[in-house]
Amino acid sequence: MNRIKSLFLKSGEKLIPFLTAGYPNLNSTVELVCAAAEAGADMVEIGIPFSDPLADGPIIQKSSQRALGNGITLKLIFEQVKEIRTQTDVPIALMGYYNPILKMGHEQFLDNCVSAGVDGLILPDLPLDEAKSFCESAKLKDISPILLVAPNTTDDRIRKISELAGDLIYSVSMLGITGNNLASKNVLVSYLNRVRKHSVTPFIVGFGISTRNDVVWFNNYSDGAVVGSAIIKNMEENLTPIESTKELIRTLKGTK
Amino acid sequence: MDNQFKDYQLPDERGHFEQFGGKYVPETLIPALEDLTQHYALAKVDLVFQTELSHLLKHYSGRETALYHATQISSELGFDIWLKREDLNHTGAHKINNALGQILLARRMGKKRIIAETGAGQHGVAVATVAARFGLECVVYMGEEDIRRQKLNVFRMNLLGAEIRPVSSGSKTLKDATNEAIRDWVTHVDTTYYLIGSTVGPHPYPMLVRDFQSVIGIEAKEQFAKQSGRNLPDRLVACVGGGSNAMGLFYPFLPEDVMIIGVEAAGKGLDSGEHAATLTEGEFGVLHGAASTLLQNEDGQVLLPHSISAGLDYPGVGPEHSYLKESGRVKYYTATDQEALDSFKWLSVKEGILPALESAHALAYLRQHDNGIKEGEQVIVCLSGRGDKDVHTVAEAFGINI
Repeated sequence: MNRIKSLFLKSGEKLIPFLTAGYPNLNSTVELVCAAAEAGADMVEIGIPFSDPLADGPIIQKSSQRALGNGITLKLIFEQVKEIRTQTDVPIALMGYYNPILKMGHEQFLDNCVSAGVDGLILPDLPLDEAKSFCESAKLKDISPILLVAPNTTDDRIRKISELAGDLIYSVSMLGITGNNLASKNVLVSYLNRVRKHSVTPFIVGFGISTRNDVVWFNNYSDGAVVGSAIIKNMEENLTPIESTKELIRTLKGTK
Repeated sequence: MDNQFKDYQLPDERGHFEQFGGKYVPETLIPALEDLTQHYALAKVDLVFQTELSHLLKHYSGRETALYHATQISSELGFDIWLKREDLNHTGAHKINNALGQILLARRMGKKRIIAETGAGQHGVAVATVAARFGLECVVYMGEEDIRRQKLNVFRMNLLGAEIRPVSSGSKTLKDATNEAIRDWVTHVDTTYYLIGSTVGPHPYPMLVRDFQSVIGIEAKEQFAKQSGRNLPDRLVACVGGGSNAMGLFYPFLPEDVMIIGVEAAGKGLDSGEHAATLTEGEFGVLHGAASTLLQNEDGQVLLPHSISAGLDYPGVGPEHSYLKESGRVKYYTATDQEALDSFKWLSVKEGILPALESAHALAYLRQHDNGIKEGEQVIVCLSGRGDKDVHTVAEAFGINI
């Protein structure tokens, strides 16, 4: 069974850190993902840098641009994931914009995911309306397409999205981009309860989650919390990114 | 002739022109796009909406624009050239046709805040203009590099009461301004209308921008028949960046027996790698919410285009143009920076009209030896904008300090 599916069969708090592939250095990602897993990450989201990341806020944008400047490519990312797989079994989802995947070709891309040991895919610019054939191909290869829902997604659409996804969906916490401020708790609770009610799969929440308190709070209303911009920001201008990331993940996990 | 276009009805209800088009956007924008699609479908058949739009086009923008038989250049080249004078519009380009249509939609939808992206600033000026006219808040995203190149238009937008937000991410040009406008829209989707300036972006934008611009072709068809005494022209020519003036001219002629030519920017030459000839050199891809043709590297990263004309300096192109190319209905040629500059000067001297550098690419095609135009042909060219905005660029290219 795929690692993501097994993970979400288990109850309990889950923390999913986001790391931009090739950031801060071209070859940091292997060590960072392993460090994150060691520090208690339940799953790791690895961002595929893209020249035009329109769902990302300034912090992740900057990291993507830097990683592209470092020379990261999709091919290298697959090599790095392969390397990671020799060291840890932590579930891994790649997050990326659709064009680089389209360029590689659906089947080639999915085959590379399988042979590298990728478990899931998060594609923010491939909504339900365009995602059908890609999701079906992914599921045939036992890769979980983790489709997104937003606060303005209708109940009926949440159900359809989760049915196509099959294993897990990703709730964007707000109307906005990564790194924005969170909405009021009341608004969030009614939204997350709506997702809980209409999704046929477990769901994780991301965007704007940055503290231990956030992680605890979101785990009460969902099946896991993604922390992205806060992790990337913590590495900016940082001489010991690996150690700092470990420390931050322990803090977010409450084990420190 | 292409019977398939006799009852041409694309895009389909999902916004596809076969494999092109669609809605490749974050989930948050899907309800907004559906809402826009519904409002537009109602507005399209609403007599009050259409009457108000026609009234504004006539009395505010000054339509219809002339179809001018350019006799001086016609006799030089040996075929008849008819210039569709979009440069005579209020704000100096065809962009106002679309801006007026969409601002009426925004008002109908109860939106109080308008955002837009701009490259050269022509679309930004058109949006700032209509936002001022309708008393709506207006924010225009513009790349820092474009702000530097187009100071005059930045000041014009400021005078019109718009807020210009400089974009410093990526290449600091139009594609990055578009990313930033989309990010703003995702964040303020409840209150904000995104007024896209070309036939690009997610469905329904390529369709509705085309429809609002098709007044160009509808007028040209009638004017040509009346003025020339013939049924139809032999050939249409327009420049293609995102492709809105071209779609506006072409669309009403698609079912007719007329040859149609789009002209892309070849920049410093196709071999130099510094160009914006997306359809000629690009590959299938997804950018800014639509599947179309894209200048990209082997890893699917978007390349930086180059054109002396800021309005053509875009690595993508409208999905309908990709479809029209693939189907063979429209042929796409290219013209270099130098050819555009030469044609800029040529039209100025010969006809007393300064064309926009964008439009100068369409004119340059007329002078190419391999264009296939026969003696005595009747050719309509879309003169999409006036060249006053480009005099600094042209002076610089000619090594003149003004």
